[in-house]
Amino acid sequence: MTNQVIRKPVRLEPWLDPNETPYVRIERVTKRFGGFVAVDDVSLSIYRGEFFALLGGSGSGKTTLLRMLAGFEIPSDGKIFIDGVDMSDIPPYDRPVNMMFQSYALFPHMTVEQNVAFGLKQDRVPKDEIRDRVAAMLDMVQLAKFARRRPHQLSGGQRQRVALARSLVKRPKLLLLDEPLGALDKRLREKTQFELVNIQEKLGITFVVVTHDQEEAMTMSSRIAVMNQGYIAQIGTPTEIYEYPNSRLTAEFIGSVNMFEGRVVEDEPDHVRIRSEEAGCDLYITHAASAPVGTPVWVAVRPEKIALSKEPPVGAHADGRNTTQGVVREIAYLGDVSIYLIELAGGKMVRATMPNVTRRTDLPITWEDTVYLTWRPFAGVVLTQ
Amino acid sequence: MSRKGFIPLGNRMGEGRPPGFDIGGTAVVQWAVARLRRIGLWGRGLVLAVPYVWLLLFFLIPFLIVFKISFSEAVLAQPPFTGLFEWLTDDSGEGGKLQIILNLGNYIRLWSDDLYVLAYLSSLKMAAISTLLCLLVGYPMAYAIALAPPARRGPLMMLVILPFWTSFLIRVYAWIGILKANGILTGILSSLGLVDEHFEILYSDTAVYIGITYTYLPFMILPLYATLEKLDRTLLEAAADLGCRPWEAFLKITLPLSMPGIIAGSLLVFIPAVGEFVIPELLGGPDTLMIGKVLWNEFFSNRDWPVASAVAIALLAFLVVPIMIFQYVQGKGHDGEVR
Repeated sequence: MTNQVIRKPVRLEPWLDPNETPYVRIERVTKRFGGFVAVDDVSLSIYRGEFFALLGGSGSGKTTLLRMLAGFEIPSDGKIFIDGVDMSDIPPYDRPVNMMFQSYALFPHMTVEQNVAFGLKQDRVPKDEIRDRVAAMLDMVQLAKFARRRPHQLSGGQRQRVALARSLVKRPKLLLLDEPLGALDKRLREKTQFELVNIQEKLGITFVVVTHDQEEAMTMSSRIAVMNQGYIAQIGTPTEIYEYPNSRLTAEFIGSVNMFEGRVVEDEPDHVRIRSEEAGCDLYITHAASAPVGTPVWVAVRPEKIALSKEPPVGAHADGRNTTQGVVREIAYLGDVSIYLIELAGGKMVRATMPNVTRRTDLPITWEDTVYLTWRPFAGVVLTQ
Repeated sequence: MSRKGFIPLGNRMGEGRPPGFDIGGTAVVQWAVARLRRIGLWGRGLVLAVPYVWLLLFFLIPFLIVFKISFSEAVLAQPPFTGLFEWLTDDSGEGGKLQIILNLGNYIRLWSDDLYVLAYLSSLKMAAISTLLCLLVGYPMAYAIALAPPARRGPLMMLVILPFWTSFLIRVYAWIGILKANGILTGILSSLGLVDEHFEILYSDTAVYIGITYTYLPFMILPLYATLEKLDRTLLEAAADLGCRPWEAFLKITLPLSMPGIIAGSLLVFIPAVGEFVIPELLGGPDTLMIGKVLWNEFFSNRDWPVASAVAIALLAFLVVPIMIFQYVQGKGHDGEVR
C-alpha cells in the first residue's frame, strides 16, 4: 500500500448532478433523549461512492446521527432512506450497512480471523468462501500473520485494522466509521488516513465518517457536514468549507481565523466595503456576499492570507484598504511556518502565519516590531450570521 | 521459598529503608529481623505469611487429624478410635520399635457398602441440579441488574444480599411453613383447585432443591453480576451490526464472555451443596440421601469416627477435582485473557 492519495484526475461530484439519486437520504430527522435534542431537524443526501464526513465537537449530534444510520438509535421524527428503502422499521442486523466502532468493539474471546469471519458466518456464507474472503481482507490490511492472535495481543493500530477488515468483509454498500482514527497517535493517524482513502476508492464503498478532527475530515472526505448542537451548519467540499464558510461558526471551527466586526459602507456589484474600527481600516472584498449598506457584518480573514512587512507594503491601495498596523506580541516557530500574534491599535489580536521559506535563525520580524498587515481583496469572507 | 519476589523483595526493602528508621531497639530483635530477612520473610513476605499460617492452623492441621482418624479403628473409648502409632517394647522395657497400624477398612467399606456410593452419587446429582436451577434463576436476575441504570444497581444488589441478614436456619424453617400440607404455597395451590388438600411438597427431593436453590442463589448472582456488569455493550451492537439477532448475540457474545462468572458461581453453589446437611435434614424426606446426612449419622448416631472421617476425606477428594478445574480456568483467564 503506497502512502499517497491517488486522486482521480476528474473528481466525481454527484451532488452537483440533478439527475443523480442520493444513496442515503436523511429527511428532517430529529432525535430527542428525554428533553435533550441531540439531532435537530437534519436533512442530508449522501451519494454513492462518497467519502462523507460529519464534523463537529462533542455533543454536536454527529455520533447520534451515525448511530441512527446503523439502526442503534431510532429517529424521534423524520425518516432515513438507504438505497431508496425506508429504514424506520429495519433493525441493525438487517441493514445493508456496517459500522466501525470508535472503541473497535473487537470480540475479545475470538482470534483476529474469527472476528473478521464473524459477519460472514452469520450470513451462512460457505466455509471455503469465508476462508478466502477473510484471508484476502487480512492481506489487504496487512494482518495476515496476526490471524491467530487475540485482540489484546495487538497494538492499537493493528486493532484498528482488524476492526476495519471486519466491517469491510461483508462488502457493505455503506460503511459507517465512528472516529476511526481517534485512538491512534498522530503519525499513525496520518498514514492511516491515506490508507482509508485508498481502500475506499479501491472498493467503491460509500463511507460516512464521524470525526471531531477537522484536519482528518479535510484530508479524507469528498464532502463535509459541519455539525453544531444537533443541526448542520454547513455542507460542502473541504475547499468550500475552508475558503467560503457561511457562518462564524464554521469559519471558527475549521482552522483558525481572524474575525473583524464592521458595518457595510459600500455595496457595489463588484465589491463590498466594510468599515471596521476593530481592524483599523476599511475591508474591501471583491467576491460573494452583498449586504445592504449599514448592515453589521463580520469579515473572516485566514491567518495565512495576511502578509506581514516592516516597510509600508508596496502596491498597497492609496485609500489604505485591507492594510493595517500592529505590534508583534507573540511568535510561535513551528518549523514549516511561524505564527505571529499582532496587537492592532484598537487592542484587537490578529493571527498571521508566514511560511519559513528561507533557512535563517534570525527572524526578519521579531517581538515588539511594528508591522504592516495586508491582504488581497479576495482574502476576506463576509459573514452575516 | 523460591517464590518470585520473596527474597529480592525482602532484601530490597531492607536496603531502601529511609535513614533514621530503626527497627527494633534490642540486639535480640535485630538478630530476629536479620534471620527473617535471610529466609525472605520480611515486609511483604510477612504479610503474605498471615493467610498461610491461618490455612495451616485451621485447615491443614485439622485436615491431617481427620485424615489420621480415617485410618484408625472405632473403639468404645475416649477418644472413640485407636491410635495410629504405637511404641512397642519387650517385657524388660528395652528394644523399642514403632508400630504403625494403617486401617484401610474404612475406605474399603465406603466402596463395598452401597449406602456410601449411593449417597455420594445422590449428593452430586442433587448439587448439580440445584446448581443448574441457581444458574437458570440467577442468570436473568444478574443480567437484569447489570443492565439496570447504575443508580439502581446498588439497591438491587442489596436486595439479593438482604436474606443473609436473617439467620439461615430461620429462612429454611420458613420454607417448611410454605411447603407443608396446607402451608402458604400448597394452600394457595389447593384453594385454586390445582391440587388436593393433602398435597405436600415438604419432605421430598423437590423441597430440598427449592431450599438449596433459594439459599445459594446469591452466591450465583454475585459473580455473574460481576462479569456481566463489565461486559462492553458495544460488543452486542457490533454483533447486531454484523447480522446477529439479539438472541444470537447473547449466545455468541454474552454467554461466552460471562463464562468465568458462570464457572465461579456454579462452583460456589455446587461445592457447599454437595456436603449440605441442614437443608436435606429439615426439608428432605426419608428417601433423600445426601452425604452430609450420612456423615452426621456416622459421627453422632453410630459414633464411628473413623468411617465418618473416611467419608469426609473421600468427599474432599471428590470436590478437589472441580476446584482444580476452577483454578485452571481462572489461571487461563489471567494469562490468556479469556474475558
